Amino acid sequence: MSAPAVQNSTASRLPARRIDAALVALVLGAVILWFAPVGMGRYGTYVLSLWLVMSIGVMGLNLTLGYAGQSSLAQAAFTGLGAYATAILTTKYGVSWYAAFALSGLLTFAVGLLLGFPALRVRTHYLAFVTLAFSTLIWLLIRNEQWLTGGVYGISNINRPDFFGIKLFGALEFHRFVVVVTLILSLKLWWLVRSPWGRAFTALRENPVRAASLGIDTRAYTLLAFAIGSAYGGFAGSLYAPLVEFIDPSPFSLSQSLFLLLMVVAGGSGYLLGPFVGALLGVVLPEWLRFAGSLYLIIFATIVLALLVICPQGVCGLIERGWNALRRKTGGAR
Amino acid sequence: MSPVLEVHDLHKAFGGIKAVNGVSFSVQEGEILGIIGPNGCGKSTLFNCILGQLEPSQGAVKLDGLDVTNMRPSALNRLGVSRTFQLLQVFPELSVRENLILAGQEHQGSMLGRLFGASDAGLSEKAEQMIGFFKLGHLADAKAGGLSYGQQKLLDAAMAFMAGPRLVLLDEPAGGVNLTMLGDLKERLRAINAEQGATFVVIEHNMDFVMSLCTRVIVLAEGKVLAEGTPAEVRANPAVIEAYLGH
Repeated sequence: MSAPAVQNSTASRLPARRIDAALVALVLGAVILWFAPVGMGRYGTYVLSLWLVMSIGVMGLNLTLGYAGQSSLAQAAFTGLGAYATAILTTKYGVSWYAAFALSGLLTFAVGLLLGFPALRVRTHYLAFVTLAFSTLIWLLIRNEQWLTGGVYGISNINRPDFFGIKLFGALEFHRFVVVVTLILSLKLWWLVRSPWGRAFTALRENPVRAASLGIDTRAYTLLAFAIGSAYGGFAGSLYAPLVEFIDPSPFSLSQSLFLLLMVVAGGSGYLLGPFVGALLGVVLPEWLRFAGSLYLIIFATIVLALLVICPQGVCGLIERGWNALRRKTGGAR
Repeated sequence: MSPVLEVHDLHKAFGGIKAVNGVSFSVQEGEILGIIGPNGCGKSTLFNCILGQLEPSQGAVKLDGLDVTNMRPSALNRLGVSRTFQLLQVFPELSVRENLILAGQEHQGSMLGRLFGASDAGLSEKAEQMIGFFKLGHLADAKAGGLSYGQQKLLDAAMAFMAGPRLVLLDEPAGGVNLTMLGDLKERLRAINAEQGATFVVIEHNMDFVMSLCTRVIVLAEGKVLAEGTPAEVRANPAVIEAYLGH
């Protein structure tokens, strides 16, 4: 059955192609971050790089939870899997970082796909508990399998990669490399969420029963949401290992998964730029608050608490609300 | 000519309660079949069993002669069966246009092809046609969650037709819709039926709507078929008057 006939031509009413504000923000942000560390010193540059690496991990969780509505408390475990896979492959087997990066993505994609299967049977907090158990299992494996992971002593001397012969050993050079990788992964995600897959993920989050009645294979999309989101966690870990040059199990514990979840919610769940804002709050804000000495964590917790009470949709939700109100106001004035 | 839909001796029990108790009927191509009956008579359960949302306790469902009993709803939709729900089921965070594109996109090529293809899955123009046809033109970019109840009902119906289905099951399409919009909806459904030869099964409590739209009506009572016939025959049936229509 084709679409019903209509009298008027519809071509003139098709939406005009508009420049996507999120895309502009991503590219502009990358340009600013390329130059941002100039005169900042090693530690400041490291914090900026860490912010971007965390943003990649949060982007993955934002896809799984924010877009597709699947609860997960295992993102730090995937970051850990990516970090350890990269560290082991590069330090023990001499594999190039680029190959290790791709393999870490593949490994976490596959493990994420497997973790998605329980999501076909359980939802909401039951699913969260399944992923929580998985997170704990991975952390125990990392800590206890000393022959492979170094246990609590971790893996050290993780080298930073070259980029077409350019050494990236310096903080600034590696930061710029991180900016480029983050931009590429952000653009991939931007493209994904604008594709029919992105629309299907949203449908899965909003109403899986209706989605299925429209031909959307909710099982396939649930598995994909977990797999792709987990792969982003793996990519983040793969960048994290050479950034810090030494890894041990502590940054990949359950508390870090909860912290990544906080970043998704605080930044704006289901917003493309939300992970950057969330990771800014989680990684950079505590550094800015260090002037307060031992009180900085209390101030940080208060700010996060106030933010979530004032705007449960996160910072991006707050900005969107303000923008819509402004448009209504200016529209009404015209 | 074989029927589009055949339902054979369908049963569905919830514990000791027999919600659907041996229902059989068939629907011919181009037909608009109405299913009526008092609340709790098993109409929506019957729909959910036909559409794979519930597993029947017994019986079979065939689509164009193919056994589709227990087939998953998404697979059934891709075979050309579409539906609306008793309660509104649009996607509130998506615009009207995106709701319509979503409703048709899974019928466009393979899953991987859709990922690498156009973001609108090539459906923008068809969505615009549907928006015009269902008189939602001024709301194309509005979020579905911000629409009035009646407008959401129209959108819900439009979504059911977006993929060009062979068979559409409408669960109380007139529920909560004002008289003006009800007229619009009836007119749209008739037009699609006449122009495209689409086949409908409609559950409805609004007797005027059913009797003026449907070519044949089945009356359910306590999970069983009480009567079947043209709207005039059903209206005159003493058992139906006694059990449902009243005097």
